[in-house]
Amino acid sequence: MTLSTTNNGADLEAANPGATDALDFGTAWTYSPAPEARDHVKIAPRQELFIGGEWRAPRSGRYFESISPSSEEKLADIAEADAADVDDAVAAARHAYEHHWRPMSGADRSKYLFRIARAIQEKARELAIVESLDGGKPIKESRDVDVPLAAAHFFYHAGWADKLRYAFQGRVAEPLGVAAQIIPWNFPLLMAAWKIAPALACGNTVVLKPAETTPLTALLLARIIEEAELPPGVVNIVTGAGETGAALAESTRSPSPEAPRSASASRRMSPARASASRWSSAARRPTSSSPTPPSTRRSRGS
Amino acid sequence: MQIDSITGLSTGSLSGSVARPGIAVRAAQYPLFNFPPPPVDAVAVEERVAALAKRSIKKDAKVQGLRLAVRMMDLTTLEGKDTAGKVRGLCRKAIEPLFGDPSVGPCAAICVYPNLVPVAKEALRGSTVKIASVATAFPSGQSPLSVKLDDVRRAVELGADEIDMVIDRGAMLSGDYAKVFDEIAAVKEACGPAHLKVILETGELGSYDTVRKASEIGIAAGGDFIKTSTGKVVPAATPAVTLVMLEAIRDHFYATGRKVGMKPAGGVRTAKQALHYLVIVKETLGDAWLTPDLFRFGASALLNDVLMQLEKERTGAYAAGDDFSKD
Repeated sequence: MTLSTTNNGADLEAANPGATDALDFGTAWTYSPAPEARDHVKIAPRQELFIGGEWRAPRSGRYFESISPSSEEKLADIAEADAADVDDAVAAARHAYEHHWRPMSGADRSKYLFRIARAIQEKARELAIVESLDGGKPIKESRDVDVPLAAAHFFYHAGWADKLRYAFQGRVAEPLGVAAQIIPWNFPLLMAAWKIAPALACGNTVVLKPAETTPLTALLLARIIEEAELPPGVVNIVTGAGETGAALAESTRSPSPEAPRSASASRRMSPARASASRWSSAARRPTSSSPTPPSTRRSRGS
Repeated sequence: MQIDSITGLSTGSLSGSVARPGIAVRAAQYPLFNFPPPPVDAVAVEERVAALAKRSIKKDAKVQGLRLAVRMMDLTTLEGKDTAGKVRGLCRKAIEPLFGDPSVGPCAAICVYPNLVPVAKEALRGSTVKIASVATAFPSGQSPLSVKLDDVRRAVELGADEIDMVIDRGAMLSGDYAKVFDEIAAVKEACGPAHLKVILETGELGSYDTVRKASEIGIAAGGDFIKTSTGKVVPAATPAVTLVMLEAIRDHFYATGRKVGMKPAGGVRTAKQALHYLVIVKETLGDAWLTPDLFRFGASALLNDVLMQLEKERTGAYAAGDDFSKD
């Protein structure tokens, strides 16, 4: 806790060696524990897959546990999606892409995104508590950084949705299709926002797989998306571990994975990524928040 | 010439400012004068104090912190309308802040104008409460040095244990740092055995960089405490300015091992603010500074709010404002 706002101590120390006494950050005044209350947060004991706007049990009937790393308390049983579930999700996303989301005007898409952003703000406290419970990060970080930033990303990309025509000179941004999104455990909700918001803004639909260790806030986000009444299938959340991710990468042949943190997951994914190389570079763009055009008529024609 | 490193000014421009009759060039005697000081990252400072404000202080820690805050308080009245009666009342309150509960307090000191020091001395006889007196043409400091020094000597003669001086902000802002330094050093000499608190009046200094600079000058020139404000200028003490000053104290401690005290004054009105300041001190300087010897609050309205919170923790119910004496 001795964060310095100037870089001075070291210089002084060097100038006067031996003059340094250590400061005593002891126990003269210990703060009483003040844990964030979690009474008002209800985590359903069983969490299903969010596919095509519905909550579905996994076809395999298998579930895995998500625990709170701080206490190793079990938080919920999480559905484990297999290849068949993933195919359902991709089909639902494809259908939503063709019939609802792509034909919709950017202005209308932005209204949905604004709605999601506001809902994240309204439920910020619940999201922060669940994020800390499930991922083990300090409440200070989830409450003050992750959740507000997640909302900010939705606001930001909502603003872009109806301006894509003017965003890139001489080019017209076009949606690409279904974006497969696999995200890690270190910023579960924030990373989901990074991936989902720009993809939706551009008119793509999404199948998202959160990390198997931290799926709960992504599932809460699915509830928010449900309450925001997005057309069914625009966002699908499938939970599971490396096999689910590999199935997702295979299924869409357009993986846009964030670099997975575990080497084994990476290995499981790599054949799928290699086979999808034709798509991957283009498909990755819609999920990037950089201002490069997600796709252009010119590049498509070339 | 060593003085260059102290002022950051060229030798030529400095020679005029040090040639003041009656004052030795004391600045040169302090080789550990860290100058020019490092620039202060304003965003980081404000972010840091905002983050520290979020630590919730409850139950035992709250009571402990509030009791400590009472013992750190310089109960202050610095008004033209101050009377002997008001000062006597304040002294009684400083000795036993919570009537009927001697475990709370006593306050660290009473802070008054020099004329009222004898009254306070009489009223505080036999207690541990110190008498602090403002001096050096408080609050503006816009008087000749000889007048300021007389002011200090007179206050000490009248019985003040601590002198709260104001720096020459005009000199500070015009870059005449040697003058600021020499005045503080001269006042320190005039204080004799009395402790010296150096009021920077941060509300008039304009930037954190200047606050940091003034802090280092005050510390190096011999101040036992550095203090934010007179209470006559808005903004007075703020958490961010306090953090900047505490870091100057910390760096001086790292360099020399000398512990300089800190006193935020003015604008601290609520128990919650007081706890916030204590958290900032604890997280910046550690346990050694959690004592009235090294940290003080200059306040008048703060005490009653702290007492109210203490009573609330004891009884579970909030008392009315009228349940506590006003002066």
